[in-house]
Amino acid sequence: MIKVEGLTKRYASHVAVKNISFEVGKGEIVGFLGKNGAGKTTTMRVLTCFLPPTSGKASVAGFDVLEQSLDVRKNIGYLPETPPLYPEMEVDSYLTFVANLKGIPSPDVSKRVNEVIERTSLGEVRGKIIGKLSKGYRQRVGIAQAIIHNPPVLILDEPTSGLDPEQQREARQLINSLSGDHTIILSTHILSEVEQSCSKVIIINSGEIVAVDSVANLHHRRRGGEMVAIQVKGADALEVRQRLETVSGVAKVTSADAPDGSVGFEVEALDQYSVRPELARAIVQSGWDLTELHSVGQSLEEIFLDLTRSEKDKAVAAKGDAE
Amino acid sequence: MRNILTICGKEVRSYFKSPIAYILIGLFALLTGFMFYSATVYFINAGTQQQMSGQSAPMSINDYVIAPLLGNLGVLSLFLIPMIAMRLFAEEKRSGTIELLLTSPVSDWEIILGKWLGAIVMYLSIMAPLALNVGLLFAWSTPDWRPVLTGFLGLILQGATVLAIGTFISTTTSNQIIAAASTFAICLLLWVLNWVSNYSDSAIGKAIAYCSILVHFEPFSKGIIDTKDVIFYLSAIFLGLFLTARSLESLRWRA
Repeated sequence: MIKVEGLTKRYASHVAVKNISFEVGKGEIVGFLGKNGAGKTTTMRVLTCFLPPTSGKASVAGFDVLEQSLDVRKNIGYLPETPPLYPEMEVDSYLTFVANLKGIPSPDVSKRVNEVIERTSLGEVRGKIIGKLSKGYRQRVGIAQAIIHNPPVLILDEPTSGLDPEQQREARQLINSLSGDHTIILSTHILSEVEQSCSKVIIINSGEIVAVDSVANLHHRRRGGEMVAIQVKGADALEVRQRLETVSGVAKVTSADAPDGSVGFEVEALDQYSVRPELARAIVQSGWDLTELHSVGQSLEEIFLDLTRSEKDKAVAAKGDAE
Repeated sequence: MRNILTICGKEVRSYFKSPIAYILIGLFALLTGFMFYSATVYFINAGTQQQMSGQSAPMSINDYVIAPLLGNLGVLSLFLIPMIAMRLFAEEKRSGTIELLLTSPVSDWEIILGKWLGAIVMYLSIMAPLALNVGLLFAWSTPDWRPVLTGFLGLILQGATVLAIGTFISTTTSNQIIAAASTFAICLLLWVLNWVSNYSDSAIGKAIAYCSILVHFEPFSKGIIDTKDVIFYLSAIFLGLFLTARSLESLRWRA
């Protein structure tokens, strides 16, 4: 549905996006993840034909963004970072204007406006002036204008930024409800949002793609072997630690927080080893109560920070570790 | 065509949703009303005196009321237009709505024509009370209607020209005050360019004086439609809108 090949966007003074390539299939929800200034908005602006690429190709629904710009625009619904709203207009007349602008046949305009108002739950404010709406409602009007012509592709630039947690949840629900009919790219720097909404993640850092993967795969990406968290009740910490260290495949045991009466450990396994069954057996056979044992995945946040950390930061961090 | 009308309609509604339309219409009606009143009262007094002193040729209401009024309006509209044109693109750039326009399936030319036509409709609405004033003359007198028509045609052409320039200037900034001030400065410059003809007879001097916008308006206010003036206005409109299109395109490349 969306294909980007070797895309570069250079501004007068700096390169915003460097030679990136990715593809998004029909019906996928892709999270575009990166720090501020990483090149997310620039990439989206190229896809929506707002900015032409400096070099490389991008196509949406089979149309090239440069050569067939009007066709691309027909197939895209776009919510920029600041929703493009006219504060002096009423919700109704604004959506009617956008519907006409997007080329919806005149007889269908009022029907479509009613449909999106219902879909985005704007019924109670439809006669109000946009400038007087709360931020959450404005964001919904922004989403309504993006989906009004029922485009196969939706591009949403930070659709939940600046909203309170309740409004964020509503906006996410709305976006999730759109997923069946549309291919969606949404940019964000909120990681939980990606975990809740997206099937695939593209992580971009200083204009370059550092990872394209599913959320599940990213979770299981690790630097070394498996990490296991363990809690044991009614036992001496030193004894437990010594016992655990004897299990084959265990590289390192460190103590961790645990409730009163229990002792906690984090066990790092050697690469390629699956140590959980052995650890459980070792504890149970020693006559202790095993209250908790689970594999600790690297959180998306850690993966993200790890991937987007600059080489210099990494060097500093490595030095810190060595000391 | 539909896209142009959609954008034009939206522009007109935006003008009338904000106080700017009513303020401009009110102030303009006040100014032109005063001008009209002064010219008419002067005409009546002078006419009565003339009759009493027994002169035979009657004074023409066209020469004493309508022509000066149209002349003043030509100048007044140069002050008015920057205030109409300033918001056209500058406001969209400031608020980010330009992203909606430029990512919708409409061509740049449709956006430009729609906005420019919307501004013309606003300009005509501001001029409308004037028709009422002039209409009063027709109710109580028998002025020659031809210079009135050509005068209004001239006002429209001149207005459309300056609006095209104002539209272009509005694309170059996201600050409405800067857009208005620059348009105003250009309007004034175009007004006084014919001063060159006071001291220069060279071809360049003539060419510069030819660009003066009011020089081309004067024949209209006297009832003369000269092709050369019409062509001047039409080509200036085209130039203004062409520059707007180029500026909009460069906005995409630089943005």
